[in-house]
Amino acid sequence: MKDIEELHFPEDIRYSQDHEWARPEGDLFVVGISDYAQDQLGDIVFVELPATGRTLTEGEDFGSVESVKAVSELLAPLAGEVVAVNAELEDQPEMVNSQPYKGGWMMKIKPANGADYDQLMDRDAYLNMLKG
Amino acid sequence: MMDAHALLFEEPLLWEMGAPGRSAFSMPERDVPEHPLEPALVGDYPDFPDLSEPEIVRHYTRLSQWNMSVDTTMYPLGSCTMKYNPKTNERQAALPGIARAHPLLPTELSQGLLRLMFELERLLAEITGLDAGSLQPAAGAQGELAGMLIFYAHHADQGRPRTKILIPDTAHGTNPASAALCGFTAVAVPSGPEGILEPDAVAARMDDDTAGIMVTNPNTLGLFETHIRQVADLVHAKGGLVYADGANMNAVLGQVHMGAMGVDVLHLNLHKTFSTPHGGGGPGAGPVCVTQALARYLPVPRVLKVDDHFTLGSDFPQSIGKLHAFYGNFGILARAYSYILSLGADLPRVSQLAVLNANYLRAGLRNHYHLPYDRPCMHECVFSDKHQLPHKVTTLDIAKRLIDYGFHPPTIYFPLVVPGALMIEPTETETKETLDRFIAALVSIAREAETDPERLRQAPLRAQRRRLDEVQAARKPCLTG
Repeated sequence: MKDIEELHFPEDIRYSQDHEWARPEGDLFVVGISDYAQDQLGDIVFVELPATGRTLTEGEDFGSVESVKAVSELLAPLAGEVVAVNAELEDQPEMVNSQPYKGGWMMKIKPANGADYDQLMDRDAYLNMLKG
Repeated sequence: MMDAHALLFEEPLLWEMGAPGRSAFSMPERDVPEHPLEPALVGDYPDFPDLSEPEIVRHYTRLSQWNMSVDTTMYPLGSCTMKYNPKTNERQAALPGIARAHPLLPTELSQGLLRLMFELERLLAEITGLDAGSLQPAAGAQGELAGMLIFYAHHADQGRPRTKILIPDTAHGTNPASAALCGFTAVAVPSGPEGILEPDAVAARMDDDTAGIMVTNPNTLGLFETHIRQVADLVHAKGGLVYADGANMNAVLGQVHMGAMGVDVLHLNLHKTFSTPHGGGGPGAGPVCVTQALARYLPVPRVLKVDDHFTLGSDFPQSIGKLHAFYGNFGILARAYSYILSLGADLPRVSQLAVLNANYLRAGLRNHYHLPYDRPCMHECVFSDKHQLPHKVTTLDIAKRLIDYGFHPPTIYFPLVVPGALMIEPTETETKETLDRFIAALVSIAREAETDPERLRQAPLRAQRRRLDEVQAARKPCLTG
């Protein structure tokens, strides 16, 4: 595992307390897990994602990631409808480890309320939480 | 570190050995007329290797020499209760009347076996403080499923099926899956700062749509749920039931009365608490015990005693049905029966010694490893890698290094409420000398984490195989030859 200083946290996304991130993309938000989360989990071997069309409440369990250590739930950072999931993770779950903010994205949601995004933590707030 | 020298041979895969046409058995001559198979049943057959009997026997014997087992070393796998399996159990289970009994024999010719099952049920009911039971579930997870089906049947009979189950974050890991398999939604209950359930947290979640709670007591932190009676009263007041996962029963044999704690349903793992073989893919047994009020829902058939005669009865219309072909894994039941009768009135000593041993380890290691809940434990204690992380040494490295010291690693990264958990359960069967060696090994590893962390990251250095590629095995499993 890495020190927090060695991990990468982009400025253009926001973070939830459960270590998911969201990034605006037009009317939608792309969702994944942070570099810290993937580093804690270790090598990811399976990602279970929701069906498109499903409506999620904030904090709702939308799937799971299985690493060699454990299976962990994925919790929605924003309420909304799932409009797309990253099917490539089925064959290449390791992308969540290698590119947590790019190829390792998990789903795109149409938010119930776009302003919810502003309630999520920015990079500095998230880093402060991690450093506790 | 103990000296270790052994002649270990490299071993090829089975498909790299043998020769076409070689075989380890002769098919008996056909004594019935030949009959063509249904075309749907004909197809490519599995690629079995062609091997002689000595090749097969030597292959597996050699592989077993690379292995660690409870017959070769301490196996402190927390939550799993890998206690030594006394050989007397094997002797009784191998008696011809037991080992060679056929499940299709009529009950008149199976009286001794039915009596064994009847008496084992009574013994387990007495040990748990519950009223009735079934030995049928094949293992713990099926025992849990039986319990959930009984919950469902009870609420359906009340005319109001319920949809949710409360599960503390310190419950045994399989509980949410068993509840989900039965159609319930698992609702997590966070444990309090002391590592145990707080009644308020249960009260806040218990409602008319909640079928009950699944608790493990002691919980997976090895801590006794001291508020269990209050929790049970809260759940009962809302019409719910209390399920106890007996995974940690080894801590409380003859010490607590589960019925008096408010438990309605409980399963036992005979392969944990009652010393039948555990792991290695062999059969287990997960008997389920219930209060009198729920006995009507137990799986069928049930073993009945009418006068001095034993029978199997299936006339229980409210039963959840049959869970297993015939009646469970009988050979395992025979071993557990042998264990209980062998110890007799000494059975409570099992738990006293198991708890003493765990606390001995806790006290011996607490200055070297982080102890997230620093209070007396029951039969297992949970440390973490917090003190080793600054040296970039993780729980996995510590566990792998223990192999070099001649010990099977403990459970790691569980329970999930402790990041980097090392969950150690010594069981009652280890001597003080072994426990001292185990403590010395972990103390030495803690020192190595400071002085030579790279060595730990490379461990095990002395095993026949080093770190296996678990990631590749999980991502691209190869399940056939």
